[in-house]
Amino acid sequence: MNAAALARGVWQYRGFVSSAVRSEFRSRYARSRIGLAWMVLHPLFLVAIFTVVLSEVLAARMPGIDNVFGFAAYLLVGIMAWSLFAELTQRLSTVFIDNASLLKKLSVPRASLPMITFCSVAVTHLILLLVLLVALPLLGFAPTLHWFWLPLLFAVTAAFALGLGVLLGTLNVFMRDVGQVLGVVLQLGFWMTPIVYHPTMLPAALEPWLVLNPMATLVVAYHNVLLFGAAPGMGVAVLALLALGLNFLAWFMFRRAAADVVDAL
Amino acid sequence: MPSVLVVDGVGKCFTRYRSEWDRVLGWFGLGRAPIEERWVLQDISFRVDRGEAVALIGANGAGKSTLLKIITGTTRASVGQVVVNGQVSALLELGLGFNPELTGRQNALHLLSMRGVYGDRAEALVQEVEAFAEIGEYFDQPLRVYSSGMQVRVAFSVATAIRPEVLIVDEALSVGDAYFVHKSFERIRSFRETGTTLLFVSHDPSAVRTLCDRAILLEQGRVAMEGEPSEVLDFYNARVAEKEKSSIRVGRSAEGVASTRSGSGEAAFVGVELVDTEGQPVAIARVGDELQLRVTVDVAGLIPALVFGFMIRDRTGQSVFGTNTHHTGQVLQAPEAGSRWRFDVRLPVHLGPGSYSISVALHADDTHLSANYEWWDLAVVFQVVNLAHPTFVGCAWIQTEIQARPMTLGLERVV
Repeated sequence: MNAAALARGVWQYRGFVSSAVRSEFRSRYARSRIGLAWMVLHPLFLVAIFTVVLSEVLAARMPGIDNVFGFAAYLLVGIMAWSLFAELTQRLSTVFIDNASLLKKLSVPRASLPMITFCSVAVTHLILLLVLLVALPLLGFAPTLHWFWLPLLFAVTAAFALGLGVLLGTLNVFMRDVGQVLGVVLQLGFWMTPIVYHPTMLPAALEPWLVLNPMATLVVAYHNVLLFGAAPGMGVAVLALLALGLNFLAWFMFRRAAADVVDAL
Repeated sequence: MPSVLVVDGVGKCFTRYRSEWDRVLGWFGLGRAPIEERWVLQDISFRVDRGEAVALIGANGAGKSTLLKIITGTTRASVGQVVVNGQVSALLELGLGFNPELTGRQNALHLLSMRGVYGDRAEALVQEVEAFAEIGEYFDQPLRVYSSGMQVRVAFSVATAIRPEVLIVDEALSVGDAYFVHKSFERIRSFRETGTTLLFVSHDPSAVRTLCDRAILLEQGRVAMEGEPSEVLDFYNARVAEKEKSSIRVGRSAEGVASTRSGSGEAAFVGVELVDTEGQPVAIARVGDELQLRVTVDVAGLIPALVFGFMIRDRTGQSVFGTNTHHTGQVLQAPEAGSRWRFDVRLPVHLGPGSYSISVALHADDTHLSANYEWWDLAVVFQVVNLAHPTFVGCAWIQTEIQARPMTLGLERVV
């Protein structure tokens, strides 16, 4: 496989990728009075609503955290990590189908299309992450040195989703059921991942199986790093290798399928 | 002269697998072979030199679009190869990739980035695009407020902002109002003068003859003929005529071709037929032929008068010739209910090559506006080909004669 050529191609069209990402945000907030401010306001409201509802209205508590905002913070961190993975996978799984007319009529650099989606999701996600990093100290979770693990966790999560998304996106062109199944699997995955509950709240028989869910490992790592002041487990290193392999497989398939993709659309 | 575009043994095959999993396994060199291979292009080879203009003609489904897609690079050939020395630009569908929420300027910049042009160079080109499109301050307003003509102006200006080595133009392309059409053809012409090769896809014989040096006819995915535009066009027209004949026959047997009939029904057409001097139905006529339009009408109710009229139209629906029995002074006063009438119209084919239709009407007055008994559009469709006479263009066959003789000063004085 010619990974270098692929990377070079994407790099050569970086201007197109950045222009496309900018266009996407511009058109998403076009005709809205405050425009791009929504990009920050959305995550701000998300954090505010979760905090108020979970601490004041429901008064939910998290076992092991002695803080009224504990559950809100736990949930927010989990959702932040999960949404990066879920949104990226979902949007990448339809990236070629959504751009069918472009692919068929214009000679767009194909490998740039997943990159556009990747960057656009990443930007939205990073804003949410930043808002959260500002909010956490206010909720009583002071920054620790473990926060420096975040770039690594982000990279592994994003790489994992990128590989999976490109793989499914390629398959989805030929087998449209892939997209439908993915929707269901992601729904299930949300509940199979310790986002709204703590792993210890699971029945003892189920808990060991969480290891098989890559996102569970990552979400637990996010929780550890941001809330519990602990380093991520070795599982993340395994996942990093897995993500690397997945990307090799996905981009290899993408290259091989390229000739057929336009014909099948 | 070096060839700018070399198409060498290109074939395109669409495959179908027993299961899509076989296709996926095929990427890894595993899985079963496809159960069906459909070759839409086979063995296409030609070269185009720098500055040449070549027309690509062929019926729908002959493989023109697929070939163009391979040349522009949106899809890949299954076998063979296409070598292009330089940038290809295609004017196939203008406005693709435009975002209605963005301004003309932002869209222009984005489309340029798609071709790998950024930064200062893009900024400079956008200024040129703005100047060429001539849409004033609309250029900085979102595309959704544009008229379709303005969108086309911006789209064309962006697509031709950079002079390509090979320019592919689809005839079906509409470039807006007459002024801009003129302007865009001027640009295409200036490209050609500076060495751009033109690949022109068209059904319009006159455009092909005037613009192109060479024509390539595609038929069922193969090059059926390549050569002088006139030769190729004549061959193509004869082929089309052959086909239309059979399709008309089929249409007739299945109770007429698709056509609209309307009216109050006191008088109605029973049959409308175009026949030759021997009374045989005709679908293809040669220029100069003597034909007859044979019309049978039944009068069903009490009517004050019956006027029969017909109109010959060209393929675009433009009237070529029409008249009725009111104008010819042959109005039937109070025809009996239950009677049958026959109208025979002598119809010499003084028409240019092309496809024509005849609409027929029955009414009471000089127009069908007062009492319209029946109106039948496309009652007859026929094709005119020119086989025997010198080539001419236009929809009318006027038997002109050209005299050419040398002129000397002495003769002039005598005259």
